[in-house]
Amino acid sequence: MTRINLVVDGMRVADDIEPRMLLVQYLREKLGKTGTVVGCDTSNCGACTVHLDGRSVKSCNVLAVQADGSEVTTIEGLAQNGQLHPVQEAFRECHGLQCGFCTPGMIMQSVDLLKDNPKPTEEEIRLGIEGNLCRCTGYHNIVRAVQHASGQPVAPNEVTA
Amino acid sequence: MIPAPFDYVAPTSLDEALAALREHGDEAKILAGGQSLLPVLRMRLNAPEWIIDLGRIDSLRGIREEGDAIVIGAMTPHSVVGNDPLVAQHAGLISAAVERLADVQVRHRGTFGGALAHADPAGDLGGPARALGAVFVIAGAGGMRQVDADDFFVDLFETAIGEDEILVEVRIPKHTGWGSRYEKFVRVEHQWPICAVAATVRVEGGTVTGAGVGLTNMGSTPIRARGVEEALVGQPASAESFAAAAGRAVEGTNPPTDLNGSAEYRLHLAQVLTRRALAAAAGLGEG
Ligand SMILES: Cc1cc2nc3c(=O)[nH]c(=O)nc-3n(C[C@H](O)[C@H](O)[C@H](O)COP(=O)(O)OP(=O)(O)OC[C@H]3O[C@@H](n4cnc5c(N)ncnc54)[C@H](O)[C@@H]3O)c2cc1C
Ligand code: FES
Ligand code: FES
Repeated sequence: MTRINLVVDGMRVADDIEPRMLLVQYLREKLGKTGTVVGCDTSNCGACTVHLDGRSVKSCNVLAVQADGSEVTTIEGLAQNGQLHPVQEAFRECHGLQCGFCTPGMIMQSVDLLKDNPKPTEEEIRLGIEGNLCRCTGYHNIVRAVQHASGQPVAPNEVTA
Repeated sequence: MIPAPFDYVAPTSLDEALAALREHGDEAKILAGGQSLLPVLRMRLNAPEWIIDLGRIDSLRGIREEGDAIVIGAMTPHSVVGNDPLVAQHAGLISAAVERLADVQVRHRGTFGGALAHADPAGDLGGPARALGAVFVIAGAGGMRQVDADDFFVDLFETAIGEDEILVEVRIPKHTGWGSRYEKFVRVEHQWPICAVAATVRVEGGTVTGAGVGLTNMGSTPIRARGVEEALVGQPASAESFAAAAGRAVEGTNPPTDLNGSAEYRLHLAQVLTRRALAAAAGLGEG
C-alpha cells in the first residue's frame, strides 16, 4: 500500500492504495466519482479524460500514485455554484451528444483545448479532440458545441463532403 | 484490465533511481510518462515486480541550449517539446514530428526520452532522431556515456540502454535555418504511422547543401536514408532532384507486412513520402 494525498474537484483527499490502481479506478471506485467513465481498454477513446494539474490526461493511463500531490479536476468539478461550465452549456445548447458516453471526456478535452486556443478554427477543434472517439454523433455537433463555447459563429447545419 | 501487483518507488534524484535499478535488477521496470508502459502492464504483456517512477526527478525535465546542440531532458513531456521555441528554431524536424505524435492527452503525459527508449519501430521520434544525428546521454554505475543515434536503436523495442542504465537527455545538433517536414501516413490521426518520412534540408542559392532523412516503420529500427542524402547534396533544389533521390529511400529497408499494408506497399509509400517531405522541407510545396 502507498499513501497518496491529492485534491480532487477542490476537495482534499488521502488514501492508502495499491500502486497498481489506475487513476480512473481511484476516482470511480474510491471516491465514487462515476461521472468519469471507461470506454476502452487501450487508452484510445478519451472517455476517461480528466485534468491533472491543469492538463488533460487519459485517467485510465495514469496510476493513482502518479497523481500524489497533484490537483485533479473531473467532469463533476466543472460546474460552479450550480452553474454549468460554459462548455457544458454549449454541449447542451448544440446537442453535442447522443448516447452521452463520450461526453465527459469530450467536454474535459474541449476545456483543455480552449484554454490553449480560445478561438480555434474548425480544423483546430477536430485536431484538438483527436484523442476522443464518439460512436454516435459523427462529431459535427460536438465541433459546433466547441465553436459555440468559444463565442464563434457555429458551422451551418448541413452535410459537407 | 489493471496491471498485476507491483511494488512502487518514486526516487527524487538520478542517483537514487540508479541505485534502485541496481538493487532490483531485471525485476524492475522504469516508468516515465507511462503512455506505452501502462498499456503493456494492463494487458499483462509484462509484469515487473518493481516500478521505478522517474516522475519526481526534476533534473530530467527541461530543454536548454548548449553550444551547437539543443539538449532535451528525457522526462520532458511531448507537449512541452512541441511548443518549445528553441526546438522550433534549431531542430524544426522534432517540432514537426511531435505535433503529429499521438493525441493531446498522450502528449501531455508521454515523454521525449520515454518514446525513444521504448524504441517502437513505428514510433514517431526515431526517424527525426536519426535524420538529425541525435546523441543519447545515458547514466549507469560508471557515470555518463554518449551513444550516437546510429548505434542507439538495436532492434524492435531494443536500444543501447543497459538494464541498469537510465536515459538522461538527448542532444540534438542544431540545424538552424534548415527546412523540415514530417510526412506521416496513417489511417487514424492519433495512431502510429504505417510509414513516415522525416526530412530536413539546407538550401543555399538554389542548391541543396545538407540533407538528413529518417524512415519510420520501414524495418525493425528507425532507418537513416543515407542513399537519399548522398543523392541530394550538391544538387539543385528542384522537383526533379527530389524525385530522383526519393527512389533511393528503399535502400537498406526491410518493411513489415501487417493489416495496414504489405511490405511492397510500404516500399512504394516510402518513396512517395520522401519526395513529398523533401519538396516541402525545401519550401517547394507539397511536391
Ligand atoms: C493512444 C496512444 C496513441 C499513441 N500514438 C503514438 C504515435 O502516434 N506515435 C508515437 O510515436 N507514439 C505514440 N504513442 C506512444 C507515446 O509516444 C508514448 O509517450 C511513448 O511511446 C512512451 O513514452 P512514455 O514517457 O510514456 O514512456 P513509458 O511508457 O513510461 O516507458 C516506455 C518504455 O521506455 C522505458 N523508459 C522510459 N523512460 C526511460 C529512461 N529515461 N531511461 C530508460 N528507459 C526508459 C520504460 O521502462 C518502458 O519500457 C501513443 C500512445 C497512446 C496511449
Ligand atoms: S477509457 Fe481511457 S482512453 Fe478509453
Ligand atoms: S454520444 Fe455516443 S459516443 Fe459520443
